[in-house]
Amino acid sequence: MRKIGTPYLLLIPGMGFLLIFFLLPIFNLAQTSTQTPRVGGDTGQYEQTFRFANYLDAILENREQFGRSFLYALITTILALAIAYPLAYAIAFKGGRFKNVMLVLVIAPFFVSFLLRTIAWKQILGEEGFVVPALRSLHIISESTTLTSSAFAVVMGMTYNFLPFMTLPLYASIDRIDPRTLEASGDLYANGFTTFRKVTLPLSMPGVVAGTLLTFIPAAGDYVNAAILGSPQTKMLGNVIESRYFRIVDYPTASALSFTLMAAILILVTIYVRKAGTEELV
Amino acid sequence: MKTISRWFGRNLIRIYAVIAFTYLFIPVAYTFVFSFNDSAKSNLIWKGFTFANWQNPCGAPQVCNALGNSIKIGFLATLFSTILGTMIAFAIGRHKFKGRSTTNLLIFLPMATPEIVLGASLLSLFLVFQINPGFWPTVIAHVLFCMSFVVVTVKARIASLDPRLEQAAMDLYANERETFRRVTLPLVAPGIAAAALLAFSLSFDDFIITNFNSGTMTTFPKFIYVSAARGIPAQANVIGSAMFILALTIVILGQFVGRKRKVS
Repeated sequence: MRKIGTPYLLLIPGMGFLLIFFLLPIFNLAQTSTQTPRVGGDTGQYEQTFRFANYLDAILENREQFGRSFLYALITTILALAIAYPLAYAIAFKGGRFKNVMLVLVIAPFFVSFLLRTIAWKQILGEEGFVVPALRSLHIISESTTLTSSAFAVVMGMTYNFLPFMTLPLYASIDRIDPRTLEASGDLYANGFTTFRKVTLPLSMPGVVAGTLLTFIPAAGDYVNAAILGSPQTKMLGNVIESRYFRIVDYPTASALSFTLMAAILILVTIYVRKAGTEELV
Repeated sequence: MKTISRWFGRNLIRIYAVIAFTYLFIPVAYTFVFSFNDSAKSNLIWKGFTFANWQNPCGAPQVCNALGNSIKIGFLATLFSTILGTMIAFAIGRHKFKGRSTTNLLIFLPMATPEIVLGASLLSLFLVFQINPGFWPTVIAHVLFCMSFVVVTVKARIASLDPRLEQAAMDLYANERETFRRVTLPLVAPGIAAAALLAFSLSFDDFIITNFNSGTMTTFPKFIYVSAARGIPAQANVIGSAMFILALTIVILGQFVGRKRKVS
């Protein structure tokens, strides 16, 4: 048998790293969130006064951005699921000998920086791009309508950027489905839709859960898509945290918002994972 | 008519896949095409075809400096996160010990934390200890978010191994160390390689955490974000396209080598 100490020796460096650079900073973040400006101090100087009302102030002041972050993240997740599911299904069941090639193609856009791709969307959908003039000449949108600087563009950008995160876990769990179970369902007189609802979908649930989490979490905290494709009316919580840190040096509010965002996501994730009934994620 | 509609019905899902891939590749194609744009300053409107940007990828100020930083950070973050993550993956995948579920939770938490919170909290730690943001704080931040992905990837590979292979090695009088070196490690190696590739691409492409912890140092994504306001130089498109071609080549070669091995 192996020595009892071995796993701990293997764990110490990595866990030590996580303690110092993950748990300690989160603890520190919580501490900063209840500080107030030092009396007579310069901008950016704060002292600990355990002012928990910071949270209330921060949330009330930014409730619009809060709601928007979760709404956009939710729409993004639903859209990404709707687009990625048939794609993952096609790769798993119809890919044949091109399966690996298609998987590489799903990941390949990653290698071009996501910022370059987001900016490419901005230009494609912008006034100089080819989409807006085409839609205008077909009278689908009016002369004054623009596609960028809108909620549409932000959600579209996020859906695009997080699509591979949705597709890969979906593929992994759909690919594991034995095609004979689908045949059996057909033999038992289930039509295509019933087979999907009663066999394919339940068997692919681990992938659905993993994919939706991998999309929702980064989408809720994202601010890059909103900054590039959005307008001041589409600001998300991430944009507020960013500007509180760098432009206003209001660390307590930024910390309170970060901490609330993390807590909200963890609570949502826990409820969701319990409801969806898959615990093999971790 | 009937045969056409039947063909559509049968190939609907394939047609869908083609449309989905087109969607995924539109901005990639755009980036590639505009890397050949004969633009003087801002790369917004098509001005004409040129190879000049590809011949002189460092032509725009700062762009190669930023790229160099990104590669250095990516390399170091990949190295450290792969070593630390693989060790954890072996501990979790191969041993039963007290505190295993706590360990699993601690690995999962950084992945369930939005990047902006990771970045902001690390920055506030560095500020408390009066460490200036810059190169090493960025490396630490990248190791942090890459490590969990390495653990998950390598752990999956370890879980898919047939334990009988190791038992067979032991039966053939290999001791523990030899079994690990000659059987376990070569079998897990593709998982470690995939994890390292994933770590590098996550690190190389990261903007949010980097923006919080890099101070005045530029990285390639930061360079793009900052220059977005006044127009991105075509050289950035050249570097993005070159990275795309390079990474695709590595992946395809990897597949090819993997297939050859399987055959022999």
